[in-house]
Amino acid sequence: MSYLAKSPWLIHYDGSSCNGCDIEVLACLTPMYDVERFGIINTGNPKHADILAITGSVNEQNIPIIKNIYDQMLEPKVVIAIGICATSGGIFRECYNVQGGVDQVIPVDVYIPGCAARPESIIDGVVKGLGVLEEKYKKYGKKR
Amino acid sequence: MTTTAITAIIVILYLIGAPILGGILAGLDRIITARMQGRYGPPVWQPFYDVLKLMSKEKAAVNKTQNFYVFCFLLFMIFTGAVFFAGGDLLLVLFALTLASIFLVLGAFSSNSPYSFIGAERELIQTMAYEPMVLITAAGMYLATKSFFVADIAAFSTPLIYYLPGIFIGFVYILTIKFRKSPFDLSTSHHAHQELVKGLTTEFSGPTLAMIEIAHWYENIFLLGIVYLFFAFNPLLGVIVALLTYFLEILIDNSNARVTWQLTMKSAWIVAATLGMANLIIVFFKLSV
Ligand code: SF4
Repeated sequence: MSYLAKSPWLIHYDGSSCNGCDIEVLACLTPMYDVERFGIINTGNPKHADILAITGSVNEQNIPIIKNIYDQMLEPKVVIAIGICATSGGIFRECYNVQGGVDQVIPVDVYIPGCAARPESIIDGVVKGLGVLEEKYKKYGKKR
Repeated sequence: MTTTAITAIIVILYLIGAPILGGILAGLDRIITARMQGRYGPPVWQPFYDVLKLMSKEKAAVNKTQNFYVFCFLLFMIFTGAVFFAGGDLLLVLFALTLASIFLVLGAFSSNSPYSFIGAERELIQTMAYEPMVLITAAGMYLATKSFFVADIAAFSTPLIYYLPGIFIGFVYILTIKFRKSPFDLSTSHHAHQELVKGLTTEFSGPTLAMIEIAHWYENIFLLGIVYLFFAFNPLLGVIVALLTYFLEILIDNSNARVTWQLTMKSAWIVAATLGMANLIIVFFKLSV
């Protein structure tokens, strides 16, 4: 077994969200929800992160950035789409510059619905992501 | 049992025990910090989970030399502590410590990332800030005990704190820099995890980052060992004071905002020049007359 599930470090990227979901992500760090209980740390460095949490839909300008962050993260890694915008484009779907959800650009492992996604469901989603992380580790371990 | 055998046992105990103790201390640090911020905090074993996780991540380095530098950092940090706990020469210990931190700086300089680059520069500034006080501490211990050997200093009958109260306070002051605690966590910090605040470690990842973490555990135990030396006449008191000092550092960490590098430099040198030097001069005249 690996210790990935006990120490998931998270990097948060804001696509073109309305900032509603971003604030909910940050709310998870406050004393009220305190995700550090589970060893979750909000890092700002893709090289240290295990989980890429993206809020907001994807537009033309942030496609290369999302790809860049994703490529810099080390295996095994998991992508979480937070909020309905990141899942499918949400209310911004019809905009001329919006591509849609995050899965248009990189593979997404967990979708968290909600507008805005509540901190409880974000924590739930991350915990779900830990299962995926563990699976990926097993596959990755075989490759190694 | 001969003294060499005892020394060997102590060094082996250090090699195995220091990372365990250091890790537990780091875990307690995180819990106490969380409680001070009104949070619940992670389990005590969290630092070990983090390191074990980092070990199982993919290996990646930005260039060929980076991992070599970090390995040397770990190696010399272990060497520093081993010589110290074997009762060796304090000067050798302190210069090995400096060498170790220089290797970490070289590792950070070896990449082209601006964050890592500035982080390395800020680490050098930190080294410059604390180094005078560290040397004064060694000189003070020598003046009081007439020996640079840690074994002799530890066996000295009079409490060292009685001769060196100013140097002790000065040393605790620069300990904040060495422990990478606010207000002096310029190059890299244990708390905020963004950009410049994590400057020095930006380009290290996976197993390499784990090595840095383990080296820090060794370093912390060694630094608390120096604090212990001031109270070595009574081992129990020494350990209690070392732990209290660590608690004080956590308290300072959580109640202070990060300062600029100019203030760090100035204040550390002023403390060294006043508290440190004055104490040194007084001890010199008191013991030589
Ligand atoms: S899902 Fe709702 S709250 Fe979240 S970014 Fe989109 S519009 Fe804002």
